[in-house]
Amino acid sequence: MGMVLGTFSMHTKQVTYRTDKVDDELEMTMVSHRPEGLEQLEAQTNFTKQELQVLYRGFKNECPSGVVNEETFKHIYAQFFPHGDASTYAHYLFNAFDTRNNGSIKFEDFVMGLSTLLRGTVRDKLEWTFHLYDINRDGFINREEMTEIVRAIYDMMGKYTYPALKGDVPKQHVDTFFEKMDKNKDGVVTLEEFVIACQEDENMMRSMQLFENVM
Amino acid sequence: MAAGVAAWLPFARAAAIGWMPVANLPMPVAPTNKNKRQDELIILNVSGRRFQTWRNTLDRYPDTLLGSSEKEFFFNEETREYFFDRDPDSFRSILNFYRTGKLHYPRYECISAYDEELAFFGIIPEIISDCCYEEYKDRKRENTERLMDDLEDNKDNKPPNMTFRETMWRAFENPHTSTMALVFYYVTGFFIAISVITNVVETVPCGTTPNQRDIPCGERYTEAFFCMDTACVMIFTVEYLMRLFAAPSRYRFMRSVMSIIDVVAILPYYIGLVMTNNEDVSGAFVTLRVFRVFRIFKFSRHSQGLRILGYTLKSCASELGFLLFSLTMAIIIFATVMFYAEKGSSSSKFTSIPASFWYTIVTMTTLGYGDMVPKTIAGKIFGSICSLSGVLVIALPVPVIVSNFSRIYHQNQRADKRRAQKVQKARLARMRISKAGSSTAFLHSKRNGLNQSLELTQLPYYKMKLSPQGSLEEDQQLKKTTSLLESQHHHLLHCLEKTTNHEFVDERLYEQGYLQTALQNFPSQSPSLSSEEGVTGTCCSRRTKKNIQALNATHTHSHTHNLQELSALHIHCGEQQPLNTSRSSLNLMSDESGSLNCKSSGLVTTAIISIPTPPSNNSRANPDAPPPPNPDAPPRPNPGSDVVKISAL
Repeated sequence: MGMVLGTFSMHTKQVTYRTDKVDDELEMTMVSHRPEGLEQLEAQTNFTKQELQVLYRGFKNECPSGVVNEETFKHIYAQFFPHGDASTYAHYLFNAFDTRNNGSIKFEDFVMGLSTLLRGTVRDKLEWTFHLYDINRDGFINREEMTEIVRAIYDMMGKYTYPALKGDVPKQHVDTFFEKMDKNKDGVVTLEEFVIACQEDENMMRSMQLFENVM
Repeated sequence: MAAGVAAWLPFARAAAIGWMPVANLPMPVAPTNKNKRQDELIILNVSGRRFQTWRNTLDRYPDTLLGSSEKEFFFNEETREYFFDRDPDSFRSILNFYRTGKLHYPRYECISAYDEELAFFGIIPEIISDCCYEEYKDRKRENTERLMDDLEDNKDNKPPNMTFRETMWRAFENPHTSTMALVFYYVTGFFIAISVITNVVETVPCGTTPNQRDIPCGERYTEAFFCMDTACVMIFTVEYLMRLFAAPSRYRFMRSVMSIIDVVAILPYYIGLVMTNNEDVSGAFVTLRVFRVFRIFKFSRHSQGLRILGYTLKSCASELGFLLFSLTMAIIIFATVMFYAEKGSSSSKFTSIPASFWYTIVTMTTLGYGDMVPKTIAGKIFGSICSLSGVLVIALPVPVIVSNFSRIYHQNQRADKRRAQKVQKARLARMRISKAGSSTAFLHSKRNGLNQSLELTQLPYYKMKLSPQGSLEEDQQLKKTTSLLESQHHHLLHCLEKTTNHEFVDERLYEQGYLQTALQNFPSQSPSLSSEEGVTGTCCSRRTKKNIQALNATHTHSHTHNLQELSALHIHCGEQQPLNTSRSSLNLMSDESGSLNCKSSGLVTTAIISIPTPPSNNSRANPDAPPPPNPDAPPRPNPGSDVVKISAL
């Protein structure tokens, strides 16, 4: 009988309340951001007002707080590539869009990046791509960076491919790339080499034009 | 693809520019947005209440009514709005699903009305979001149970054409189905009662013998009782054999509790017949007669309450076990204490601890026979503590058992939870399938060769690939049924394929391809082909010969835009479609593609031909007309696989 009473009393002591922690977490996520006015954005980018409206609606729907952090970005990008692992490439993409390097993309950054990609000149697009590949922003693409990027792209394919992916396929790809791009064979590709080599390749130019009517 | 991120598809496609410098192959043509117009507001008039939303919002889920072209059937020309004659209150949650991507179940809504609305608008209930899903499932379960209760009252209509065996089994299980069954039921019940009463009366003393001793009736009227016993056992044996014959699964029947009781009830008689007049065994024989009392358990077939009691005890096994355990602990403790307390007193009945067990049990269950009482003061004190604690220890598990009994009597919930767990697994499986539908949708459309016709380097014979009779319209039709969003997404995936020079395949083909490359170490062509034939069993020798021809005619590849890959077409024939809820791919799969090649049967053998492209010097005689795949290949049934892969260079 004494045991019974004892167990009951022990049980009540275990109930504790943890509301404090929850409140702390709530405060941190309430940061939100509103973009600058529509006219300003229209002036800074090559989009029309309607296009900006459509873009913002989509942006706000997915990120109600007004900023995209890397996790959300990776999650969104991964939805388009269900077969493989898009997180590495999404990471590099995120860095390419995050021009101010503060770990989050606001709507302005997003729209500027898109404006370059969709409405910019050929040179702008090539420069943007160069900055995407140049992971450490030193102005040169070396083999390691390129291998990283190519490996990230291959990761998006996933496991079930035909022909089956072997270990050295990315390396071969990188070798081909460097053969094409690195004119003076110094092991790195500079912006000028990159731009010139790309402009010489008509297939690439044609492919780039494909995406102009995306919006 | 989750429709919530459909708005980001332009971004993903724009970012694909980043792949261009890396790709060695030209990219496919992008699907054009023919009816490109500004995003407009559309008005949905649901029974008079007007909802407005962007067209793009509805386009997020193309496999529902509102997202597909099916809503055009409801378009009202004069008022330029879509009119639906449905409940506007339920429509709110459905429209919110498009807006937020989450489907909620409103609590005030009737479950079957909600289900009907969902079915009308083409939304599967499994995507109800987690916040509302439990509620939805509970209500649904209650509803189905109520319906089933109503149904059970009408269950006695005999299905036609039952075999004699099935009829008999049914008669045994439900006595009120026919008069014969009822008669049988009462007769067996009567004989069980007779048998039990006989066993009881056998031991009653009736009459005396001349030497002043009461003898039980059983010994006085031996023959009468023996005849009675024989008759009962006859009936029971016949009944058992009939049940055994009629049982649908004899093995399961023999293992069931009721049949074991039957066997135990009749066995003593037969054993008694076999061993008579053997003095040693007669002691055991007497014990066996005890088992005849088990015949009373046969009544449980006749009484529902008895069965429920038995089931309760079975399901309360843990509580009963706890009761027993705690009682045993208390008994041992108190018996020890009482023994040592009473040790000092003379002429004490508490001779040993096991002897004190009897006292403890009698006291704790508040029986108090009084055959053993403590005499010392310490013994009396501990005795009173013992009886007080006995009350508590026994009182604790008993309400639990009682509540169990009432719970089981009104619908067993544990079986429902088990069913619900199965349903949860099924729900997750369906959600996984509909999510996987997006990834398989691309593979399906590839198999239909839609992407092939979008090559930048236009190889015209591709357009004829599927349609030997020039049914190009079918191709166009196939293109139209995928939504623009889907085709753009597929274009993006196709660009990725071109960038990496590898293709997406599904798991099955991947494993087959893996098998392929394992065998593929031969430089020459014919051994590899023959080994492939041996392994995969190609069905059409004509086709393979034509591929050899093509091989001999390949040209050297020196420039970048060579098609090193084998642009393979996978024509998927019919049956082994994963459960795919996407309407568009259903349209593709079951209707069009199935009919293209598999005219006579649904099974066509696999022919995987992955041939390395050796450089050779002969130029292609006719670059535009390599051997067309042979669509009239006689289908040979092969239970292994049903995919035809037609390769062309």
